[in-house]
Amino acid sequence: MMEPQTITPIGVGDVVQTAQKAKDAGCRLVLMSCTKIADDFEITYSYEKDLKMTHYRITVKQDTVVPSISSVYFGAFVYENEIHDLYGIHVSGMNVDFKGTFYKTAVKHPFSVTITKGGDA
Amino acid sequence: MTKQIVVPFGPQHPVLPEPIHLDLVLEDETVVDAIPTIGYVHRGLEKLVEKREFTEYVFIAERICGICSYIHSNTYCECIEQIMGIEVPDRAQYLRTIWSEYSRMHSHLLWLGLFADSMGFESVFMNAWRLREHLLDDMESTTGGRVIQGVCKVGGVRKDIAPEKLDEMLKGLKGIERELQDLTTVFLDDSSIKNRLVGVGRLSCEDAYQLGAVGPTARGSGVDIDLRSTGYAAYGKINFKPVVEHGGDCYARCAVRAKELFTSIDIIEQCIRKIPDGPVDVKVTGAPDGEFFARSEQPRGEVIHYVKGNGKKNLVRHRVRTPTFTNIPPLVTLLKGVELADVPVVVLTIDPCIGCAER
Repeated sequence: MMEPQTITPIGVGDVVQTAQKAKDAGCRLVLMSCTKIADDFEITYSYEKDLKMTHYRITVKQDTVVPSISSVYFGAFVYENEIHDLYGIHVSGMNVDFKGTFYKTAVKHPFSVTITKGGDA
Repeated sequence: MTKQIVVPFGPQHPVLPEPIHLDLVLEDETVVDAIPTIGYVHRGLEKLVEKREFTEYVFIAERICGICSYIHSNTYCECIEQIMGIEVPDRAQYLRTIWSEYSRMHSHLLWLGLFADSMGFESVFMNAWRLREHLLDDMESTTGGRVIQGVCKVGGVRKDIAPEKLDEMLKGLKGIERELQDLTTVFLDDSSIKNRLVGVGRLSCEDAYQLGAVGPTARGSGVDIDLRSTGYAAYGKINFKPVVEHGGDCYARCAVRAKELFTSIDIIEQCIRKIPDGPVDVKVTGAPDGEFFARSEQPRGEVIHYVKGNGKKNLVRHRVRTPTFTNIPPLVTLLKGVELADVPVVVLTIDPCIGCAER
């Protein structure tokens, strides 16, 4: 079995500072992931150094403005644009902002609704 | 200041089998900026966890990509197994490793062929794909599928490989290894290929790491990241050394893939010699309740499957971060400063798989 993974909850205001600390510690950004849980959205930031991952998580509402970490990790813009386009969560201060055109989806913010088996949203 | 013009590259282009678009900002013939656009064929496969039970979803996870299909199913299964505490039998872990390395080899040969074709080396292209056919034949005879294998399942694998077949594969790999020596010599030593690749599209070690490059794109710039070193499947019982080059240019990225073919053969040979007897699967009961990030080394680099379950048959979330997706920011950076005529070759050296990125 692989080693257990722990996810540290942080506040929205701590996102950039946590990213900067991770970068200062020599970590790379490996993943940003969003999950809809009932009316909330979990955004998880995963960093890695020497093949060991650390995870930080914020839990937000859809209308929360989440600060971009692209000033710290340039490559974060792909994750942040994806989260905006699929979940409708606004990310402020992205270095490359596609303004909702990163993914061309038939339904706006398709991952912000939950489909139940055998039915629609 | 030189006048800037924007040249669209893609989404339809001879070197791009799948659609990605780049707006290339040029000053004379030199690229000074590149703005990527994807999303032409986004399929939203991750959303299907709400419609398919977690055991059925393996087949969807495998269909994320038609090249590294097997490794997607393998990584997804590992994710579920970690959440549910399932101990996969050793023999299944070795079989998973063997099929993973076959996937890597056929992907690298496909890429070497396409790369040769992009430079006008038609015969090298055909030779690379001829050798790839032998590997696909072995995949088909052991799993039943050439592109989509459907052999991995939660708790193990669906098929075993008989000892006689393993011996036959071993002999076949010896023959392929000899032919690969000739093929890779062309990529590594031919002066016209070197003229085309050396010093073109440089990505520094620092940039590769900070921008999140993975796979041969990272290892070609001296970043020693190879998820096989974490020991998942049977890799922990196998001796191998990741191939790392330090040039950071198109030649280095090509060299990593060429040399990794031999590493894969060595890993498969070790697996065949060490594979234990025993069952290839265990019975799975219940449903996953928890979350896990599983990582594997695909031919294009690190893939991450994240799964969250709540104890029901349908998962709450499946999220896949593919290597091509995270190699887009490094691609933007390494395009800056290259000549327009070199853009197709530079784009190909990250081995873009848009099917994966647009899962």
